[in-house]
Amino acid sequence: MKKNILFVQGNEACVEGALYAGLDFFAGYPITPSTEIAELLSYRLPQNGGKFIQMEDEISSMCAIIGASLTGKKVMTATSGPGFSLKQEAIGFAVMTETPCVVVNVQRGGPSTGLPTSGSQGDVMQARWGTHGEHAIITLTASNNQDVFAMTVEAFNLSETFRTPVILLFDEVVAHTRERLIMPEQGEINVVERLKTSVKGGTDYHPYLPREDGRLPMSDFGGIHRFNVTGLMHDMWGFPSTNPKIVYGLMHHLVDKIQGHTEEITRIKEFFVDDADYLLISYGSSARTALHVVRNRRARGEKLGLLELQTLWPFPVDAVKRRCATADYVIVVEMNMGQILHEVKKASDNPDKVFLANQINGSFITPTDVLNILRIIQGKGS
Amino acid sequence: MAVKDYIRERFFPHIWCPGCGHGTIMNCMIRAIESTGIKKNDIVLVSGIGCSSRICGYLDFHTLHTLHGRALAFATGVKLSRPELTLIVPMGDGDALAIGGNHLIHAARRNIDITAIIMNNSVYGMTGGQYSPTTGYGNFSATAPYGNIDQSFDIVKLALGAGASFVARTTTYHVTSTIEILEKAIAHKGFSVVEIISQCPVYFGRKNEFASAVNMLKYYRTHTTPIGSKMKKKYPELIERGIFIQEERPEYCSEYDKIIEKAHKER
Ligand code: SF4
Repeated sequence: MKKNILFVQGNEACVEGALYAGLDFFAGYPITPSTEIAELLSYRLPQNGGKFIQMEDEISSMCAIIGASLTGKKVMTATSGPGFSLKQEAIGFAVMTETPCVVVNVQRGGPSTGLPTSGSQGDVMQARWGTHGEHAIITLTASNNQDVFAMTVEAFNLSETFRTPVILLFDEVVAHTRERLIMPEQGEINVVERLKTSVKGGTDYHPYLPREDGRLPMSDFGGIHRFNVTGLMHDMWGFPSTNPKIVYGLMHHLVDKIQGHTEEITRIKEFFVDDADYLLISYGSSARTALHVVRNRRARGEKLGLLELQTLWPFPVDAVKRRCATADYVIVVEMNMGQILHEVKKASDNPDKVFLANQINGSFITPTDVLNILRIIQGKGS
Repeated sequence: MAVKDYIRERFFPHIWCPGCGHGTIMNCMIRAIESTGIKKNDIVLVSGIGCSSRICGYLDFHTLHTLHGRALAFATGVKLSRPELTLIVPMGDGDALAIGGNHLIHAARRNIDITAIIMNNSVYGMTGGQYSPTTGYGNFSATAPYGNIDQSFDIVKLALGAGASFVARTTTYHVTSTIEILEKAIAHKGFSVVEIISQCPVYFGRKNEFASAVNMLKYYRTHTTPIGSKMKKKYPELIERGIFIQEERPEYCSEYDKIIEKAHKER
């Protein structure tokens, strides 16, 4: 069969991935550089009977998708830096109420209004710790359109599997780069549907009682079971509780259900890592630069390798640790002042051998930026 | 159905202070819902944060207790995905008009079929009695020890201006008409705003020289009047109560269904 090949932006690849995964409901607010996602979905969603709404602000967009998800829909919102800051309280609500949802943040330069049309990877820590209180979160990223598509489908799958918000942390460069996207056939990529309860209507359904495997079957809010959903600490019926035993149990459940499945959630790509003396670790658009450097140097016989992270949170500590152990030097390539660098240093057996190659001025990180650091490590430069 | 069939009995007695108007409003809501004949399973209650929002926990509907000020935004998501459900959103004045003011005017503008009940006691009760957007000029509060210099919102005018297709005002003293108004508001297809002036004797009352809840209720009796009454002409400072507007207008979810039809043809 002939392949369906599109020539699209990263933002469009994200839309295609979301629709492939079964997106039913999108709420958003215009913001550069993510707006194309909303524009396209306002056109595409109603064609499938789905719903699109442009809300009055970023906060209400986040709240609206949570409301829609509770009723049984697959939902998404898309934003960029400043909007991502505004959504944080409601993201915490989705964490606490265990409501599946996908939040796209196409990163731009910050803080504040910063550089609206330039690339950056400055929101890595905000994705992890943006909302208040102890919690765990899943964050995925991608470096090219094919992966943007795949990671978007993954985001929906993981969000349904773990009943949690999943952050898709793209960046301006990937979002606006036009390149080929080979559309997978129906069934080619696995799509996870929501786990529904088998408890009959009218009988005692416990919305927050985990099964033995830790998963919590859902009942569509507004459907056959009447239950309470609250952002307060709650018991297995969803009613508020301050009982220390219940609070302790819930905190552990919320964190463990994700941190305890790090390996299952980890998505990484490896290029020439087995014998690499110099290991580059990168993600998002920076990984394209890193891969270019690796391929060029390999052609000259230098042993460089690349570990591309697609799961940023929970941080794939074991995978990173394993690869760092066999390399002489590690260079983290990212467009911020070292947000993943610190995670790699923590994971590495020897933090002193971990270096940073970065770019923070709004320009795309270039091979020269990486090579300059490599030269310093090799004692060839100053 | 008996009142007790609508409540979650195990959470009683409720947390509201003695004399609080919120219990009266809850009772009125139950009576109104009962007379609409809508089944419990078809009703979704969405609330924010505050004394008022606690109603959610007490009533045996589908209940969603959300973030401060954001109840209408969550409710919009629920309603748009399941338009056949009846959405009721009880809010406090701070919840609905300060932190959530933007969502109120935009829900009104869209005319989405949701009933917003604003339980207006002119104070932030749960946090200990600070002034709200409906605290009158010159009133006292925990954060207005020298008297309030903020001007207050007129909820009815605000809702009318924003485009709500059903707007009413009543008080906790006028129980019978509150029930009637709520019944009409819930049955109305479009965005309904019902302001219910309610007493917080513990914070607003104490700071503003009301000796008791009963005094506050008496005040509501003597300081309000039906819309367009002779008394209003004679004493223009009286607050009018009743239904200010009740109009059929294109409703948001029905309009979206038309979008889906159009989009289908383009496919
Ligand atoms: S603080 Fe005021 S509003 Fe809150 S429960 Fe007490 S009386 Fe009612």
